[in-house]
Amino acid sequence: MSVLSEDLLANIGLRSEPRRELVTRRDIRKYAVATGNRQRKYLDGDLAPPMFHVPLFWDVVELDQLTPDGVSIDTLLPKFPLEKAMAGGLNIDYHLPVRPGDWLTATRTLTDIYEKVGRSGPLIFTKWSWMWLTRMTNW
Amino acid sequence: MKISSELSRFGELRVGHELPQRVFECGNVQLMLYNASLWNGHRIHFDEPYAREVEGYPGLVLAGPMLGDWLHQCVEEWLEDDGRILSIDYSNRVATYVDEKLFSGGTVTAIRAESGEAEVDVFIKNAEGTVVTPGKVVVRFGESW
Repeated sequence: MSVLSEDLLANIGLRSEPRRELVTRRDIRKYAVATGNRQRKYLDGDLAPPMFHVPLFWDVVELDQLTPDGVSIDTLLPKFPLEKAMAGGLNIDYHLPVRPGDWLTATRTLTDIYEKVGRSGPLIFTKWSWMWLTRMTNW
Repeated sequence: MKISSELSRFGELRVGHELPQRVFECGNVQLMLYNASLWNGHRIHFDEPYAREVEGYPGLVLAGPMLGDWLHQCVEEWLEDDGRILSIDYSNRVATYVDEKLFSGGTVTAIRAESGEAEVDVFIKNAEGTVVTPGKVVVRFGESW
């Protein structure tokens, strides 16, 4: 029997409001160091490593918006009947470099919710489409 | 000078070419710094009793997107400044843990001579040789940031 109700599936198509974030040299450096990057241009923060824009838009939530296991509650998602969350994967096209001082704007859309049965039982997959736009410094 | 090096590298590239392997071993300090840089408070990444006793993992779990980043690093270190990544598609299939020895690598699977592009199958494997994070990357020579 499916764990996904019609009410849950009705959330497909939900879209977030656009959000803007500023790219800073310090955040680039922290990300490059934490990922074990070995390229000087990233470690010095002159250029953002390719995946930097993903964590830049990780939600900064307040403490009461975290579940007991420390996961931020996604306000765009309904409450699912399964609780343990894991990162699945990403499919990214790169169009432009990202540098300190750039402002990025992102919008995300929930494009699919589906279910599979794994070794440990049912799994729910949510699929998001993100669009990142860049504006250079002085915007 | 730089252009000729990029073109000669691409011209010599063949399907089956293997990217240099790199070993990754993430300790709990690095994992903490990574999750702090994301604002990721998921306890399976820093609270070992919780990860073991409540969620049933054998140790602290590595964050999936970090392995995605390692795939990028594997390709970028091979490219140097001779090209750039146009796209990546990867998925985390098997959980990995703090202090686990992991290996990145890849193989060129297609060459698009007309556009200077190549397709590369990339992977992160664990010590047993199981691919934990497979991916596909498209690169273009002659362009870099």
